[in-house]
Amino acid sequence: MNFDTISRRGILKGTAAFTLGTALPLRRASAKDATVGFVYVGSRDDYGYNQAHAAGAAALKKMAGIKVVEEEKVPETDAVEKTMESMINLDGATLLFPTSFGYYNPHMIKMALKYPKLRFEHCGGLWTDKDPKNAGSYFGYIDEAQHVSGVVAGHMTKSGKLGFVAAKPIPQVLRNINAFTMGAKMANPKATLQVIFTGDWSMPVKEAEATNSLIDQGVDVVTCHVDGPKTVVENAARRGAMVCGYHVNQAVLAPKAYLTGAEWNWEVLYPRFVKMFTAGETIPNFYRGGLKEEIVKVSPYGAMVPAAARKQADEVKAGLMAGSYVIFKGPIVDNKGKTVIASGVSRGQTDPELEKMDYLVDGVIGATS
Amino acid sequence: MKADVGAPVAKSAVGELLRLPPFGGKIGGAAEYVVIPALALAASLVLFGIFVALFGKNPLDLYFYMYQGAFGTWFSWQNTLTRAAPLILTALCTALPAQLGMVIIGGEGALLIGALAATGAALALPEAPPLFVDVAMACTGMVGGGLWIVLSGALRHYRGVNETISSLLLVYIALAILNYLVEGPMRDPTSLNKPSTREIGVANMIGNIPGMDVHWGFVFGIIAALLSYILIYHTVFGFAARVAGGNIRAAKVVGLSVGRLILIICFLAGAAAGLAGMMEVAAVQGRTNANLAAGYGFAGILVAFLARQNPLAVIPVAILLGGIGASGGLLQRRLGLPDASVLVLQGVIFVMVLASDTLYGRWNIFKRGAS
Repeated sequence: MNFDTISRRGILKGTAAFTLGTALPLRRASAKDATVGFVYVGSRDDYGYNQAHAAGAAALKKMAGIKVVEEEKVPETDAVEKTMESMINLDGATLLFPTSFGYYNPHMIKMALKYPKLRFEHCGGLWTDKDPKNAGSYFGYIDEAQHVSGVVAGHMTKSGKLGFVAAKPIPQVLRNINAFTMGAKMANPKATLQVIFTGDWSMPVKEAEATNSLIDQGVDVVTCHVDGPKTVVENAARRGAMVCGYHVNQAVLAPKAYLTGAEWNWEVLYPRFVKMFTAGETIPNFYRGGLKEEIVKVSPYGAMVPAAARKQADEVKAGLMAGSYVIFKGPIVDNKGKTVIASGVSRGQTDPELEKMDYLVDGVIGATS
Repeated sequence: MKADVGAPVAKSAVGELLRLPPFGGKIGGAAEYVVIPALALAASLVLFGIFVALFGKNPLDLYFYMYQGAFGTWFSWQNTLTRAAPLILTALCTALPAQLGMVIIGGEGALLIGALAATGAALALPEAPPLFVDVAMACTGMVGGGLWIVLSGALRHYRGVNETISSLLLVYIALAILNYLVEGPMRDPTSLNKPSTREIGVANMIGNIPGMDVHWGFVFGIIAALLSYILIYHTVFGFAARVAGGNIRAAKVVGLSVGRLILIICFLAGAAAGLAGMMEVAAVQGRTNANLAAGYGFAGILVAFLARQNPLAVIPVAILLGGIGASGGLLQRRLGLPDASVLVLQGVIFVMVLASDTLYGRWNIFKRGAS
């Protein structure tokens, strides 16, 4: 690409270029050539949500003919619309991944309507028939990995008290808390889980306080659902507690305390999407999957996890991989004593009822509001 | 400028006043207020270029991409102006009280309350014609934001509470109120994973300026800045405010109602930020949720200080910062610089402009121009 020569000439032309207002020519995508744009809400190296997506983007960079452009710390305002347009107009991006939940509506939808020939893929949104056909949403049933983590945590806890630092009491988070707790109770029926909501996705100070207060209460295994689990993992390890990770593998941050964790597997999904895109196939508008579809994965067990814990966790994992195992299988009672899933009712991962979850299961100490 | 002020009044409140950044006035003085910030800006760019060179990137590439990302194409211009739009209004929230010598840094809170109030008005008027709804949203947004900053002004005037601290703390209260309402009473039950209010409806959305992909907030910002400038520099009220800002005791001695000035100015300041919040709802988000706390209020403080609290200078400074924001993405993508590098540039500019304050009145060239 002779981009640099154009650039130099451009700088010499100075105001001439300014008055002309010419965009650099859009690069036309050939069959196997594409520029893919990634937008992150936080920093790419947050050991969490954004890093997981950046790892997926990094996997694309290895593919021939694929150019990746990335922008981090883009707020969920019209700034993200402009960022996407800038990638389209100045970089020639034809496939965009705005990865934060708040980018979906109205921002990504607006861009998809404005650029009907380009493809927009959003993480976490709920695409419906009313949304543009060139937009899509994908997400993973990461509660499956949380459930396996919970089994390990249940085996490892000595006090029987687990802790969960969570951002907001929304369905996706509650589902993780509940799946983790139910996993732990399979290994230790007496186990309880104390949850603390910090109120927002990235609140390092509150996350550290929450972790400390959990450990002060006797919690000895901590996990979380916040954008950057680094604070929780490092603080818990420093206080001598064990941790289960989230989003990406945080074992490097706390090698002696890291039991296992629930991770995204975007480095498998994104190349799959890009192959479909460059081959001219349509990426499904609504795409979901769990361990079986390789959209999520479980971190390798830490050295301290004994054989019995590994065995039970592996069995659960094998059941989930085979599709024969259902996490939310009645009877399930919430922590106020109300039956939320009746006996005999089995809510599989694709059940839309689970997307509306508003309760904490029995064994969780805490409230959704 | 100093030399132009008559010696007998040089130390009085009025003398102080005349040294405040005037636009217009003597040509030499005006030139000084353009040339010195421009030099400070150029020096910041050189420093930032050195900083980037230390990371092994070519500073010339940097300058080109900054130019291209911010002003190089028609798209880039629209990107820049879109980002500048809320900053003009939130900057006024700091610049107006500054005329009274008050340092208000809580524009973010007024923006959030303005957005909430405007959303509430739209949701309360489901059947009304769109124009009526939009006017109602603008009014409630401005009143909401205005009253929010009046709280700080009143605390300062009646209770002697430091307005900087109180306005900052009120930001967190505003955010807590917003989160409570959005996750509780005002929540749209279908907003599952992103608690939000119900949408104000497509019909009620304020579109873009014709022919541009920039929303009307930019125009309202310019109008508000012009009105503020006229109010401060060309009305008796503004003169009284500047007298009180120069020397509050002198103002009281000459019989000015300082309390009234404080409350009115604080209301206008908050109203500007509240209008920014209303525009974010009516032109961008279509509803209220936590996305609104995007830091526009805080960026506005930077704009106001860089503009030396002059309401007119707020406009070009907001466009400059909008441009830096717009080009930040290109720097990340082309040069692989982290997002924080743009913050470094903003910080360098801030420091350089503040440091350049000491240069005013020192260069004879401007004095000769004045005579």
